[in-house]
Amino acid sequence: MATYAAKSPQISTHRVEHEAKGWTSWITTTDHKRIGIMYMVTTFVFFCLGGTEALMIRLQLGAPNNTLVTPEVYNQLFTMHGTTMIFLFVVPMMAGLGNYFLPLMIGARDMAFPRLNALSYWLLLAGGIVFYASLFWHPPEAGWTSYPPLSEALYSPSGGQDAWIYLIHLTGISSLLGAINFYATIANMRARGMSWGRLPLFVWAILTYSVLLIFALPVIAAAVTMLLTDRHFGTHFFDPTEGGSPLLWQNLFWFFGHPEVYIMVLPGFGIVSEILPVFARKPIFGYKAIAASTVAIAFLGFLTWAHHMFTAPIPEAILVFVMLSSFLIAVPTGVKMLNWIATLWQGTIEFTTPLLFCAGFIALFLIGGISGVFLAIFPVDWQLNETYFVVAHIHFVLMGGAVLPIFAAIYYWFPKMTGRMLSEGLGKLSFYLIFFGILITFLIQHVIGLDGMPRRVYEYDNVGHLALYNLISTVGSFILAAGVLVTIVNVARSLKTGVIAGPDPWKANTLEWFTSSPPPVNNFDVVPLVRSAEPMKDIRHEIQRRSSGAGSGAATVPAGATQVGV
Amino acid sequence: MGHLLHNTLAFFTPAKGASPNAKDIDTLYEITLVIALIIFFAVEIALGYALIKFRKRKGAVAAQIHGNTRLEVSWTAAAAVILLGLAILTFAKLSSIQNPPNSGPGGTVLGEQNNLIYASNERKLPPNGKALEITVIGRQYIWQFVYPGATEPDGLGAPYSYEEMVVPTHTTVSLNIVSSDVVHSWWVPELGGKFQAVPGYHNYTWFKVEKPGVFRGQCAFLCGRGHARMIATVKAVEPAEFEAWLANQKKEISEANAAAQVARAKLKAQSGAGAVGNP
Repeated sequence: MATYAAKSPQISTHRVEHEAKGWTSWITTTDHKRIGIMYMVTTFVFFCLGGTEALMIRLQLGAPNNTLVTPEVYNQLFTMHGTTMIFLFVVPMMAGLGNYFLPLMIGARDMAFPRLNALSYWLLLAGGIVFYASLFWHPPEAGWTSYPPLSEALYSPSGGQDAWIYLIHLTGISSLLGAINFYATIANMRARGMSWGRLPLFVWAILTYSVLLIFALPVIAAAVTMLLTDRHFGTHFFDPTEGGSPLLWQNLFWFFGHPEVYIMVLPGFGIVSEILPVFARKPIFGYKAIAASTVAIAFLGFLTWAHHMFTAPIPEAILVFVMLSSFLIAVPTGVKMLNWIATLWQGTIEFTTPLLFCAGFIALFLIGGISGVFLAIFPVDWQLNETYFVVAHIHFVLMGGAVLPIFAAIYYWFPKMTGRMLSEGLGKLSFYLIFFGILITFLIQHVIGLDGMPRRVYEYDNVGHLALYNLISTVGSFILAAGVLVTIVNVARSLKTGVIAGPDPWKANTLEWFTSSPPPVNNFDVVPLVRSAEPMKDIRHEIQRRSSGAGSGAATVPAGATQVGV
Repeated sequence: MGHLLHNTLAFFTPAKGASPNAKDIDTLYEITLVIALIIFFAVEIALGYALIKFRKRKGAVAAQIHGNTRLEVSWTAAAAVILLGLAILTFAKLSSIQNPPNSGPGGTVLGEQNNLIYASNERKLPPNGKALEITVIGRQYIWQFVYPGATEPDGLGAPYSYEEMVVPTHTTVSLNIVSSDVVHSWWVPELGGKFQAVPGYHNYTWFKVEKPGVFRGQCAFLCGRGHARMIATVKAVEPAEFEAWLANQKKEISEANAAAQVARAKLKAQSGAGAVGNP
């Protein structure tokens, strides 16, 4: 697509097509940036809804034998919380960030299929509305994993379970179309010179995310279709009394469910791999190792699903195989962690809010990664599985691996999306509240689990120190929520009053900073030739070289060089 | 100092076991914990050091390093070696966690009649093949425990109890875990790991308690609104006491059955044959 052989960066004409105005323009838009913003706003609203559900869960558990909510409401709360955070927040938020920044980062003018892109967004919104509409009737209550027979019509007769099934279908089709679109865009629309070895690491991550979605989603789509026909059309896929098998669901669900974890964290890894080098003022350490380990994690992610089923009746050979494959996946993950720390090493680190969120990501994701090794040892998992230890593990993985990078991305890319900077003071306050909120809420949950408290129970007796530990966790969750609130305030204020950012406020490395903030409809009038993995660094050097050449003579550069293309 | 370290470690470990398999899992966990803490602190300290030492200062210039293949290869290898070590450790512990020992000399004498051997290669039995076999049935929202001693050919008439499982000390108890409705999970932390009760499947585990005591647990897999109250208790008593309890259980159940039969006959007579549904 990039047919412009630009000799030097130059701005010729802007806004050839007029940008449409008014609310109808948002409904009819096929601009990847507007769709990206709609994705981000929508998913953030769902994040707040899911967060509110989490706070209600923590309030109920704040005291032993609490009677704040009924067991029915409690089961609905954690079902809504888990489903919302996974299907309506993290996965589509990553799609939103990808939508906005992927075409900009590879020097494209839009996604490969703009109308398909709009369809992806509207399907996501439809899924969210169908799911949340169940609030007015009867929300689902079989957990986000919805194991049959509990999720079958006999035990969950309400339409809430069907709303859950339609949510999986609608968001699934949305993600699948989005993934195909990302893949086609990356494969075909890169700027001239952007070879695979120069692809930004966030784009590598979105590419891997897309491939994972394309392989994993059809499996969950099949599983929920089988559940739907079991519930309404007389089939017995999961009914053992008629020759079906509840274990079939566990296998299908986790064949999707485990790669889903990497679908959620790999884009987070990509965000961190973009932001750390910018503020350490160093190139990423081991570009190839990070890109390769992303692909390795994705591949291994399809071999480990049965570690969610260690306590189910499955043959021992499978237990052993899955333990080893789960160990194996810790290797590329560990390699990434060390690469990120090595990226900071010998840099000149600027403690901006995006960098703080990335450093917090390394610190907290490490805890989730290490507790994952405990859970991979299947005899140990027999004790820890289905307890608060697992709840702590998954929250360190997702809070650390996805939520902190998403906040880093908000602070890093807000200037590009709006043209204004977010307040650093509020940003840092938000970071510290969120960081310590996560630590206080979830670190103690390891101990709660080790003391024998299973997950998904609406009440507990005050055995040992369970009341104290749960209270600590509840207090932490409100600190965390306060941190999120500070960022919302920050965004609301900065939209009107933030400092004007200019095209490249961070002196960053990738092409989105080459265009104005916010970018025009066509993104770039001229797409530069890419010469390395850090094209903006090359462009800044070139500009500096030329301007210093023009200003103070050829003091620092060879005389002839200043004349090229000026 | 050693005391403090021990207490800190104990804070981060599961319930101390009362059965050999639970003890072995605990040991495995503790060794993993020590390795994990070393790695955890090493990485966090490296991160903290980098953040403080290499923060932006006047005149500092960032080193433009793109990577180091030798470093990359060595930390990949190091991670693999640590995990290989953990795998070997797990395999070393595995047989004692999975394979039950024989009952002790002081345990209940297990005759042919109450020693049911399953023809299953998944079920682990003691070397001499003798264990007290209890069928654990998960149902919304109560655990039922069925003991050997069926009086009828289809397996009916065996003594059973709800919620509280009474077992003899020094005796290897083999559990056959099943479900009659949705997925449940059997778990008494001090007696070893948890195992799902899946309708249509058998799942097996075992435990052996040396000293009398009461061990508490509860259903560990979401099974509906009553999930939190689906508790399980295992009460270990001396073998003689166990046999007396079992005999009493048998007596009470047969008495209750007889009484129910009388009541049913009475109802039938009152409302006419065939008109009575489920009493």
